[in-house]
Amino acid sequence: MELLLDVSLYGSTLRMIAPILLAALGGVICARVGIFNVGLEGLMLTGAFAAITGNHLFGDVWLAVLFAVICSGLMSLILAWLTIGLNANMIVVGVALNFLASGLTTYCLSAIFHVKGSYYDPGMAGLPKWDIPLVGDIPGVGGILSGHSPLVYVAFVLAFVLQFFLFKTVKGFRLLAAGEHPEGARSLGIRIDRIRYWAVLASGVLCGLAGAQLSLGQVTQFTEGMTAGRGFIALVAVMLGQNHPLGVMLASLLFGFMDALSIRLQGYALPTQFTMALPYVMTLAAMFLFKDRAYLRQTGRID
Amino acid sequence: MLLQMEKITKLYGDVAANAGVDFTLEEGEVHALVGENGAGKTTLMRILYGEETPTSGTIRLRGKELVLRSPEDAIRAGIGMVHQHFMLFPSFTVAENIVIGREPRSGILFDRKKAAEEAARLSAEYGMPVDPHRRIADCPVGIQQRVEILKVLYQGADIIILDEPSAVLTPPEVKELLAAIRGLARRGKSFILITHKLQEVMDVSDRITVLRDGRVVATVRAADTNVDELSRLMVGRELVPLEKRPARPGDPVLEVEGLTVRGGRGKAKPLLDGVTFTVRAGEIVGVAGVSGNGQTELVEAIAGLRRIDAGRIRLCGRDVTGADARDLRRHGLAHIPEDRYRWGSAKEESVADNAAMGHTDSAKRSGFLLRGRLRRMAEAWIAGFKIKAESPAVKAGSLSGGNLQKLIAARELAHGSPLVIAAEPTRGVDIGAMEIIHAGLLKRRDEGGAILLVSSELTEILKLSDRILVLYEGRIAGEFRADEATEEAIGRLMAGVTDHAEHAVSAGRAGRSDGADLAASRG
Repeated sequence: MELLLDVSLYGSTLRMIAPILLAALGGVICARVGIFNVGLEGLMLTGAFAAITGNHLFGDVWLAVLFAVICSGLMSLILAWLTIGLNANMIVVGVALNFLASGLTTYCLSAIFHVKGSYYDPGMAGLPKWDIPLVGDIPGVGGILSGHSPLVYVAFVLAFVLQFFLFKTVKGFRLLAAGEHPEGARSLGIRIDRIRYWAVLASGVLCGLAGAQLSLGQVTQFTEGMTAGRGFIALVAVMLGQNHPLGVMLASLLFGFMDALSIRLQGYALPTQFTMALPYVMTLAAMFLFKDRAYLRQTGRID
Repeated sequence: MLLQMEKITKLYGDVAANAGVDFTLEEGEVHALVGENGAGKTTLMRILYGEETPTSGTIRLRGKELVLRSPEDAIRAGIGMVHQHFMLFPSFTVAENIVIGREPRSGILFDRKKAAEEAARLSAEYGMPVDPHRRIADCPVGIQQRVEILKVLYQGADIIILDEPSAVLTPPEVKELLAAIRGLARRGKSFILITHKLQEVMDVSDRITVLRDGRVVATVRAADTNVDELSRLMVGRELVPLEKRPARPGDPVLEVEGLTVRGGRGKAKPLLDGVTFTVRAGEIVGVAGVSGNGQTELVEAIAGLRRIDAGRIRLCGRDVTGADARDLRRHGLAHIPEDRYRWGSAKEESVADNAAMGHTDSAKRSGFLLRGRLRRMAEAWIAGFKIKAESPAVKAGSLSGGNLQKLIAARELAHGSPLVIAAEPTRGVDIGAMEIIHAGLLKRRDEGGAILLVSSELTEILKLSDRILVLYEGRIAGEFRADEATEEAIGRLMAGVTDHAEHAVSAGRAGRSDGADLAASRG
């Protein structure tokens, strides 16, 4: 087991966490305004595909990230319009959005790149790795913390920023109010629909970043359905972290670690199916432990 | 004149919710707005609070015409409203709830320290003590209401609309509220009070406007009128005083022994804790208490709608512990449920079908329903209980709350069952409907029915019951015979005051000099 838990495992944990954490932060914002965003998965997939496409079109990795953010932002507006504007059931819309993203990316993959299954261009540059000058030299942890794509750092910084925004600023306070008691907030002249739109859009943007990290940060390729349930794991992380950005960060750390561990275990003659199931077993276990937390009751009450 | 609403008309389709209503308010005045359900009180106030726009008519504030398009406009003009269902945020603190919408800030930051100071300052200035740091969810209802009023004051309101403010309060809390209103009025704040509790109206207001069918019937000074005249004006006819003969209790019909219902998981306190009592034929036993002290659970347990954890229930001498609702009904239970929409009716179905519920056994022949007989039954009740329904074919949901409640009461009483459970039989119902339902219950009693009346309305309990039980935190806190019961004594038990704690309360009372002032100034 000692061999198992070495520096590079922790390093890959951080890398694995980033997409889950980014999506989960989007989930937190939505949950806080009373929207149970089941569409995180689809939004992330959209982001992953758009990132590769952007890179292909513009030949610049940062423009690619921007393109991913814009595309999943637009996707999230569909979700916002249907659930907030038209009062459709948010779960149904979220599920539909996931199917839409899955179908759309598969279609576009063959339409744009003329390939099936996955697209990989050896000449395409991924996100750079940042070596953090001083941190990288610290013995032991230096190797873990340094040398990741910028989006990994962005994810962790955003968790703190979101925590600060929600609990320290006036705008954050009103966002919390809109989620806690929409009628009450409305009677005070707080424009709750506008807040809800912004929240869903923010989750779209964050999922765009998450997708970009998936397709440009870890590997530089797009595979059909490459999000592989990370959006749903992000939802569980939201639940496990009880809608607190920092709590969600810890929950994501746990899931990211499981993810990395499952990949590592494959090198130890364990059946792949077993190791791949590990994060999801963990997710189920987490659901059992927290089943009393009436997460769905708290959210899911948009009127 | 501070506020003038002139010739306010509001049409919904062809129906006039308000028809040419004139309403005025002076500075420092408490002006009560009374009327039956659907008389247009709430519509008028929603117009004043910017939640509705009038079809025609003008609003003048200090002589200047005012156009209100949203609550924000109203708040800016100094008009605040405390809704019947509080608009508070349970997980936020008292201070946060008071300042929300107009938060003190430094840059983009919410200055919570300043918010707490502001809340403390207001609280001290207006003599309404609150703890700024406490979470709303942990505050009793009376304090929550205080927070609502402080919030409106913080918003800078000079005119405060209170919609049914005392509906959820215990009698001592009501007293405190009325004292607070008088105190604020003396400081120049003006109040509009929507309520159907006429005694409170008489106690606190300067003027009273009575609405009926969307029109102003009268505006009178409180000093020149009385409760009887007000009810007459509201209903539009003379009310027949309820004739109540002394009860002649017979054999026990319902015997409840050690009834216990535990709370949900992780809740230490049981919802019902060893409740024991008997209801005899020919008597009405009233269960008083502030809602949420186990009444709902008690009724559901007896009616077979909830599992019992311990205890026995006997109905007409037969052990019915754990029986389901169908068995219970067959063995002699009729039930006017607390929630007329959830348990009492099928809103989407016709009045006739709703009337037939539970009566199908007596109106069938070889498996077929006798529609004609059911229809005649429904028509008889519609006439007998003066239910306003266009025909038995309309949807039950289209009836007003009071009329639907009358239908349910008629249906349940028509069984002639030995036991009738009447849970909040007149909640949210106007005086006319209340009168009819009360008469129905008394008639059933005189025919030898045993009636368990559960109500959070103390006046209702006192008016109908032959014996009164007080439920507090799932236990029976005391029992009274009707002739020895006083509102004071019951109110104390309802608030959880035992003889032991009596001392503390009287000390608290002395501290509230506003109450005494109020009594003196109005006496």
